[in-house]
Amino acid sequence: MAHDLDPAFMALPMRQLADAALHHARGLGAEHADFRLERIRSQGLTLRDGNLDTSRDGEDVGFSVRVLHEGTWGFAASVDLTADEAVNVAQRAVEMAKVARDLSPDRVEIAAEPVHADVTWISAYAVDPFTIPDADKIQLLAERSRRVLAMAGVDHVTAQLDQVLENKFYADTAGTVTTQQRVRVQQFFEALAVDATSGRFDTMSTLGAPAGRGWEYVTGADGVVDWDTDLDELGPLLAEKLAAPSVEPGRYDLVIHPSNLWLTIHESIGHATELDRALGYEANYAGTSFATLDKLGTLRYGSPAMQVTGDRTTPHGLATIGYDDEGVQAQRWDIVRDGVLVGYQLDRAMARANSAELGTSRSNGCAFADSPGHVPVQRMANVSLQPAEAGPSIDELISRVDDGIYVVGNKSWSIDMQRYNFQFTGQRFYRIKDGELDGQLRDVAYQATTTDFWGSLEAVGGPQTYVVGGAFNCGKAQPGQIAPVSHGCPAALFRDINILNTGQEGGQ
Amino acid sequence: MTRPMTPQEIVERCLELSRSDGMIVLVDETSSANLRWANNTLTTNGVMQARKVTVIAIAGAGTGASSGIVGRSAVAADDLEPLVRLAERAARDNGPAEDAQPLLDGDAATNWSDEPGQTSAGTFKGIAPALGETFTRGRVDGRVLYGYLEHQVETTYAGSSTGWRFRHEQPAGSIGITAKSADRTRSAWVGQAAPDVAEFDVSALDAELVRRLAWAERTVDLPAGRYDTVLPPSAVADLMIYAYWTMGARDANDGRTVYAKAGDGTRVGEKLSSRPVTLWSDPAAPGLECAPVALAHASSGEQSVFDNGYPLQRTDWIKDGTLAALIQTRHTARRTGLTPTLGVMNLGMDIADSRGGLDDVVAGVERGLLLTCLWYIREVDPQTLLLTGLTRDGVYLVENGEVTGAVNNFRFNESPVSLLDRISQASVSAPTLGREFGDYFPRTSMPAVRIPDFNMSSVSQAS
Repeated sequence: MAHDLDPAFMALPMRQLADAALHHARGLGAEHADFRLERIRSQGLTLRDGNLDTSRDGEDVGFSVRVLHEGTWGFAASVDLTADEAVNVAQRAVEMAKVARDLSPDRVEIAAEPVHADVTWISAYAVDPFTIPDADKIQLLAERSRRVLAMAGVDHVTAQLDQVLENKFYADTAGTVTTQQRVRVQQFFEALAVDATSGRFDTMSTLGAPAGRGWEYVTGADGVVDWDTDLDELGPLLAEKLAAPSVEPGRYDLVIHPSNLWLTIHESIGHATELDRALGYEANYAGTSFATLDKLGTLRYGSPAMQVTGDRTTPHGLATIGYDDEGVQAQRWDIVRDGVLVGYQLDRAMARANSAELGTSRSNGCAFADSPGHVPVQRMANVSLQPAEAGPSIDELISRVDDGIYVVGNKSWSIDMQRYNFQFTGQRFYRIKDGELDGQLRDVAYQATTTDFWGSLEAVGGPQTYVVGGAFNCGKAQPGQIAPVSHGCPAALFRDINILNTGQEGGQ
Repeated sequence: MTRPMTPQEIVERCLELSRSDGMIVLVDETSSANLRWANNTLTTNGVMQARKVTVIAIAGAGTGASSGIVGRSAVAADDLEPLVRLAERAARDNGPAEDAQPLLDGDAATNWSDEPGQTSAGTFKGIAPALGETFTRGRVDGRVLYGYLEHQVETTYAGSSTGWRFRHEQPAGSIGITAKSADRTRSAWVGQAAPDVAEFDVSALDAELVRRLAWAERTVDLPAGRYDTVLPPSAVADLMIYAYWTMGARDANDGRTVYAKAGDGTRVGEKLSSRPVTLWSDPAAPGLECAPVALAHASSGEQSVFDNGYPLQRTDWIKDGTLAALIQTRHTARRTGLTPTLGVMNLGMDIADSRGGLDDVVAGVERGLLLTCLWYIREVDPQTLLLTGLTRDGVYLVENGEVTGAVNNFRFNESPVSLLDRISQASVSAPTLGREFGDYFPRTSMPAVRIPDFNMSSVSQAS
């Protein structure tokens, strides 16, 4: 459904402020300046046992000016939407660049980008969730919660619904002007069961992923997620999990469902192929990467079955947009081809400074700021593992395993500062015996080193197994910023992976 | 052009506009400045002014009341009436709130009319030249520096339809510096939090980095296993912050946390450690001062908007090894029959028989590990509060009480609650910055602790 840009956003004085700020920055000698005004509407609802627990309804409006002055960045932001303040903010950005000048021996230049003069982009969604009355939202969540709460063995149910309507206006001194709008939603339900005698407890969550979609995704009207079936399964799946045997630690073959694998991709490929991490910009915070620039084109990341792309163009992707926060048009490119590292995620300054090594002098459009008050940094595109054309189904992958585990849904995750060593748990783990599922297991975590893990990838599933997962809240940068990002992937078969028993790890 | 409204005017105007049975308004004015650097050069910076207006409308009275909460960042005078009406409509739509309690009565604080605190790029005028000198020294000596310096002043103005007005100014500064050898194979970190950036001695921090990189000139590979391990205050802070964040009384009462008692109720009153460990919060703790009343922008299991303005005081969460309190709102306290013990934005840990500093703890180790900090800490099993994570930026081999080299990084799997009973030695507590959670929870005072059998689950190749 085609939408118009939100009139309330368009009524904000963005062009007047942009003209004032950019004119002033130019007058102060900035060789480049960009102005960004954003309005981010967000609402979060949490229900506990069918009753409203937390509600948040927020609107973040403000603007910022970033300047390149004598080859040094300066950034300033404010929330007072007046032309006078826009001039003040431009002034403060230049002053900041001057403070920074003595600490910045290298002169920054930015990669060229075609001018995109006054373009608009709106994401693909049917119904803006902010047009739905709150009472209707609460009623839907409450009905679904009570349905789960009524299931045998379920003691408590938590429901969560988050919705965002993001509007961005960007203008720079080169003449690019972009106005954009996108919508995203996430909904999940978690059932808790407590064994009153032993005190043992466990949870089971729905697997529907956050998505760049509208209210139609929350209700299920678009048919993407069968919420009714997912909800009906929670109670029985949880009861089976609570009664399941504890895993025997050791090495197993794994078939991993996309609802779990997307997060492993995010952590071990998505972050590892961010060029700012590879160059050390995040060394004091998020960390660096083993996939350094000198290994581009030669690093054996995984088996030849591994094809990974980056994009900001996939419809409904959480990182999908028309133009990034530096005015660069969204693109799609290869990151790992036939198991070899071939690409990074870039912004304009890094693309320019490393053009010889990268073999390109253009940014691929990964600059993003999570709010009008934060400076854009290189953030993650939708990084996705591609399925095999005419590849196997999940059942066929499972049939290839004599003694293994089938992993569904994500839960706990952790990876080291260079993206080598990781450990993940999941919503549910099934024992595979002689090519067939043999009931759930408890207390499972898988642990590996990135290149060993992807090197053990024997097969990826076909397009029929492909599911898009993702998160609203990927964290990076100082001051801390969050970013929404999607990851598509098929089910996949990995051989000989280390499995821990989390109870034994805890000394139980 | 009209003058922007002051935060006090926003609070008063919203309360005047209220047609609901009760209202609370919070205005947060944030002024911040930061510098970030990598590879011995500045990378990003910023000066930001931000404002958040939160209107909490109450429909109905007493324990049957409902609440509606709406927040906005940029508001002009004309925006306030729609904002108040939106909150009132949300209160009607939301239905009775589980945590409903009568709003507190009170008066205006004496500092109510004071202007918001400010910071600016000028805050760094003293420290920036020192940073520049460390970059220069780094380039000359083959040492590569990465880091972040921030100063922020957040001033909260809160008022209620029942009469109280409260102003709280919270300054917060932090610095973290990572140093690597030129070949990037050795890495060290130092970090510090303080209300004023003038307290940061960049030269002294740089000297500590030099000392630690020198320790790492000899390297030893060690396998996974359980090691006699000294956790410095930063690492203890991150583990204890997680243990504190999990202390919600409602979740424990539901049976879903490590603080739940099998069968029913909570473990309050149960001995968690045979050591004289006390875990406390205190809004008046010197150097760690924070808001002395509750300032809740939303309700959850751990806080309630109805408790806004509730006076906070020192609370011992664990006293002499015994779980003494959980985070209680007035609502959960009524349900559990306990005293309200609301969450406080600082955390300290003291061990009664501790002595000396980090070096004194290290001196007692015959053969073991000294960590720098922990990273990527995540919950693996809520039943035991088993956490996983990594060591980062320096794991050192200790032999006969002295550091003799650096070893590889590890992934750990440990529960902070389990660790409390396994502390074999501890230092006197001191203010520290948790490497992982310090951004969200910067005010902590922790000891260094020695754990004789810390579980290093696997080796991390990160360097």
